[in-house]
Formats: sequence, C-alpha cells, structure tokens
Amino acid sequence: MSDTTPNPVVDERIKAEPLISRLMKRPELGAIAGVVLVTAFFLITADSAMFTTAGIINFLTPAAQLGILAIGAAMLMIGGEFDLSIGSMVAFAGLFFGICVMVWGFPLIVAIPLTFVFAAFVGAINGMIVIRSGLPSFIVTLAFLFILRGLSLVGLKWASGGSTQLRGVRDATENDWLAPFFSGDAFPGLFAWLAEKGLVETFKNGTPKVSGMPVEILWFVVLALVATYILLRTPAGNWIFAAGGDSNAASNSGVPVNRIKISLFMVTACCAALVAIITVIDAGSTDARRGFQKEFEAIIAAVIGGCLLTGGYGSAIGAFFGSIIFGMVVIGLTYTDFDQDWFQVFLGGMLLIAVLFNNAIRKRVTGER
Amino acid sequence: MSDEFVLKTEDLTKHYGGVHALEGANFELKKGEHVAIMGDNGAGKSTFVRQITGVEQRTRGKISLYGEEVEFGGPLDAREAGIETVFQTLALADDLDVPDNLFLGREMTYWNWLGPFRFLDYKGMRQATIDGLNKTAVKIPNIRNTIRNMSGGQRQCVAIARTATFHSRLTIMDEPTAALGVQETAQVENIVRQLKEQGEPLILVSHNMRQVFDLVDRIVVFRRGRICANLDIKSGDYTGEDVVSYITGAKTGEEYMEHAL
Ligand SMILES: Nc1ncnc2c1ncn2[C@@H]1O[C@H](COP(=O)(O)OP(=O)(O)OP(=O)(O)O)[C@@H](O)[C@H]1O
Ligand SMILES: [Mg+2]
Repeated sequence: MSDTTPNPVVDERIKAEPLISRLMKRPELGAIAGVVLVTAFFLITADSAMFTTAGIINFLTPAAQLGILAIGAAMLMIGGEFDLSIGSMVAFAGLFFGICVMVWGFPLIVAIPLTFVFAAFVGAINGMIVIRSGLPSFIVTLAFLFILRGLSLVGLKWASGGSTQLRGVRDATENDWLAPFFSGDAFPGLFAWLAEKGLVETFKNGTPKVSGMPVEILWFVVLALVATYILLRTPAGNWIFAAGGDSNAASNSGVPVNRIKISLFMVTACCAALVAIITVIDAGSTDARRGFQKEFEAIIAAVIGGCLLTGGYGSAIGAFFGSIIFGMVVIGLTYTDFDQDWFQVFLGGMLLIAVLFNNAIRKRVTGER
Repeated sequence: MSDEFVLKTEDLTKHYGGVHALEGANFELKKGEHVAIMGDNGAGKSTFVRQITGVEQRTRGKISLYGEEVEFGGPLDAREAGIETVFQTLALADDLDVPDNLFLGREMTYWNWLGPFRFLDYKGMRQATIDGLNKTAVKIPNIRNTIRNMSGGQRQCVAIARTATFHSRLTIMDEPTAALGVQETAQVENIVRQLKEQGEPLILVSHNMRQVFDLVDRIVVFRRGRICANLDIKSGDYTGEDVVSYITGAKTGEEYMEHAL
C-alpha cells in the first residue's frame, strides 16, 4: 500500500465513533438537556418578555456572575477538590479591592492586579493546607468560609470607620480607563447599529432597549472557552483529570499533582476576585454579605454541568450551562405567575433531576450497573 | 568500574512507623541483565520498587544509577532519569483514554512555548499508542475509550505498553502478568525477551516460578524485608524447589546468614 492511497484502511482501534454516541458520553449533555427543558418550561409558563433581548440579558447577567465562580469551582472539582470558601472570598476580595481604591487611592491598573495576587495568595494558603495536612478540602475550606467572612466584616469596619459597607467606589473609578473592562456594557455601537436595522427592540425614539452587553457576560463566555481549551486540549487539562480521578496513580505517572491542585485553588480564588471586582465597581460599594452562599450555588451549577463530587470527571461547558439554568430559574420565576418563594424548591428539584439524569446517562454510556 | 552497574543500592531501608518493610537491601543490577525479585506476600518487594522509583522517600541508604548516586524527589525524576515502571497497583487515570494514559506526564505537544498550556498532539499520540499496543499484541477495542471500562488485563496491558513505548535505561515491572490471561502473559513475556535482546536491563517482580526461570538471569529473594538469597539461575545450580526453600526460609544464602531470622 502506498502512502497516497485515497482510502487508507483505518485501524479499528482508532475508528471514530458515531458522533451521537460520542456526544452521549460528554459530561455536559445533562446540562444542555436541562437548558432545553427549562427554556421549554418558561416558554410555556412565562411572559414572552423573558425571551426578548432585554429579558435574555436580564437572566444572563446573574448567570454570568455565578458562572465565573462555577467554572472555577468545576475545574477544582474535576481536580478532585472543593472550595467552600469562594462565596466568602468574593466578599474578602471585594473588601481588599475596596481598600485599594478607597483607602490607598490606587488606580485600577494597580488595584485590580493587586486584588488578583491577593486572592491567589489566599487560594494558595487554602490549597497548601489541604495538600500538606491531607485533610478533605471540604473541611479546610469550610473553616475558611467562616474565617474569610468574619475577616471581611472586621476589615470593613476598620476601613469604613465602623460601617459594614464601603461606599464611593463608583465615583473613585468612574474616569479610570480600565473601568469599562470590568463594568457597564460592552459593544454599545453594535447594539445601536442592530437597533437601527430593527434587529433588536427599541424604544419609541429609536434607541435600543438594551444599550449593550454587560461585560460580565463576556468574561463568562471567554472564561468558559479558555477553561474548556485547557481541560480538553492541553497537558495541564489531562493532569487535572488524572489528579482528580486518582491522585496516587497520577503522581506515580509523574503528574505534578500538588502543584496542579494548589494552582486550581488559586484559579478558583481568582474567579471569586473577578466577580468581586465586577460587582463592586458596578454597585459602587462593597459589603460583608457579598457572595453570600455563592459557594453552594457554584457547586450546584458545576454538578448540574456534569461534575462528579468524587473528582476526575466533569466539564467547564457543563458548568457554563448549569449557571445559565440557574439564572433562568432565578429570573424566570419573576416572569411567571409563580411566587418567588418557590425559587428554592425549583432549585433543589433542578439539582436532583440533573444529578439523576447525569447518573443514568453515565451508567448507560459506560455500561456500569 | 562502578558504572558497569545499572542500579546499585546500599543499605536501602524503609520503615513505615514501626513496620520495617525493607531493611538494609544491597542490590546490584549489571548492564543488560534481567533480574527477578521473588518473595512471599509482604516480603517488601513492592516497597523496594517504590524506593528506587522515587514514589516514596527511603528511611536511609544509597541508590546509584549507572554509577551516579541519585536522589529522586518524585516519580517524575526517576522517569526522567530513564526508569520506566509498571507498578503493582497500576498508575492509570480512569477517566482518560488510552493515549492520554500512555503519555500522561510527558504528552506529545505542539506550541511548546505555551508551557503546560501547550497544544496536545492527539493524532501523534494515537499513532504512537497503536505502535505501542502492537508490541504487546493486546486487543483493546477502541483506544479512545476511557480506561475505566476496561478489564483488569487490558488495563495491565496499557501500563505495559507504556513502558514498551518509551526507550528506557531501566525497566521495572511489579507483577506485570498477575491479572493476565494465557495469551496476554505470553505477549508480555515476549516484550521482556525483546528487552533482553535489545540489551535493556530489567527488574521483574513475580511469583511465577516458571516465568522467572524462563526469562531472567538471576533471582533475588526477599524475606521479611531483607534480601536472603542471590541465585544465579543460568548456572543451572538451582531448581524451583531450591528457590521455594529460600522464599519460605528453609534456606538462606551464605552471605546473608548474619541476619537470618
Ligand atoms: N504505606 C505503608 N504503611 C505501612 N506499612 C506498609 C505500607 N506499605 C507497605 N507496608 C507493609 O510493608 C510490608 C511490605 O509490603 P510490600 O508491598 O513491599 O510487599 P510485597 O513483597 O510487594 O508483597 P506482594 O507480593 O503481596 O505484592 C508489608 O508488611 C506491608 O504491610
Ligand atoms: Mg507487591
């Protein structure tokens, strides 16, 4: 057989599987099915305003803020660890950022990198304690959930002279050239142009109802893509899966497991810092309750997205869709006749259905019983 | 010349708290030599392997590779120094497929300037995997499946294919055929013979007397953490029964008498 044979015999061991069966094996399948399901549910029950551009952006914004955390949490979970302190980390990083801007008067170009370095440092401490002690990360980070929340309160009172809020961040950052990357809407020109063409809804005077894409949505999408690229296309991604699946086997194979895990804690903390920066600039203030219970919501989104609590399995795209489901349910209920009080019931139900579904699919596909 | 030895350990010792799993092991492996390590369960064979592959840090003792004293911080160091190991408890990642496992920790990549975020060369790895598996002649239906779904023997073969794929200065196999069928065992034994022909040194941990007599030049017997015999079986002086009596403790090699228990 020459090299130029048009149809070389494909070795059956590398034969491509049918697309459908390959897709069935993806961990994010459940989350995508969930998005379809939830969309269908709200198409039936909710006011049609929910699926206009304004409505979509309305539920994508909280989805994005949660999703940035969830993508970090998902990567950490795939790597076999938890971080229950990310919600508190949002408050703590927010406080640090607030102090940088308000107390020390730093411009954003200094304050933002400093906040990331600070968050990464706290994440590294988390990771180091988990690795060195060999304790479950669940316990260690549970301690940090309280420690960081408490420190945020202490720090806020110190920085603001007795209040639990630090105000004035908006005014201080308003004219900073970096601010548009972390707050407000992106692509106003595009939306104006779309309005002109009649592609998005407009007010009577011709200005678009939605003036742009909130920047957090862009961060959310970019982060999901970067995380997916790392997980599926780089050695680092392989190492994360290997470290989470069986850290012993991974380190025997020469994977730098400890370094991987500590880095993941740092990345997760930086995701929290990103959310902190975005929300603090947006709200113009920081307070000690920021990010309250977000750790659970992020883990829920990651699990809906197909991550296993045992590690070694999951996807960033799954967490992406998991967060969107979350945002749709939170905001969608306001477009329906259901009382907002039902939110938690919906959320718990969603989680249960998603986990049952993911579990069933996984068993089906892997042939486990 | 000391560097006629591939591997040399002096007084290699490992204590787990009060458990003296390995005590004062002086072991030598010459160039091109194939040596079997035998001994009862718990005799310290795997412990010995874990010390020389950097998986654990020894309590005391010296290890030299090709005449140079080595200090491995971890398994990656040992591998970079050219030691390829099939561990008894397999070192495979369940949720990765066969090529990813074969290349775990030393992936083929593009764009290497990106560090750990460089691009995986899936195609190259798949082809190399096929070549590696051809050496073991193991039947694995689809190498893109995750390891989780594979039989014990198939998993074992993936681990062995891994050592056969990478050229090494020393190959160590800890009970490689324990989970294998007749045909697969024969294939693994063929790999070992190939290594012998290529002059690559090997340490084989095995309980299988027939296999050991077929394959290796020398048997080192471990008993309760100590080396208790060093038998040159190519000399024809020893039978399987002799080896058994060393393993059980009925006999002890002369040079090891002082520690005999
Ligand atoms: N991490 C550990 N902590 C404490 N004791 C250990 C540890 N690892 C091994 N041991 C003990 O050390 C001794 C030697 O174990 P090792 O695994 O080397 O045996 P082996 O010769 O490989 O046996 P087998 O033939 O069953 O594989 C055993 O008594 C075992 O219980
Ligand atoms: Mg053993």
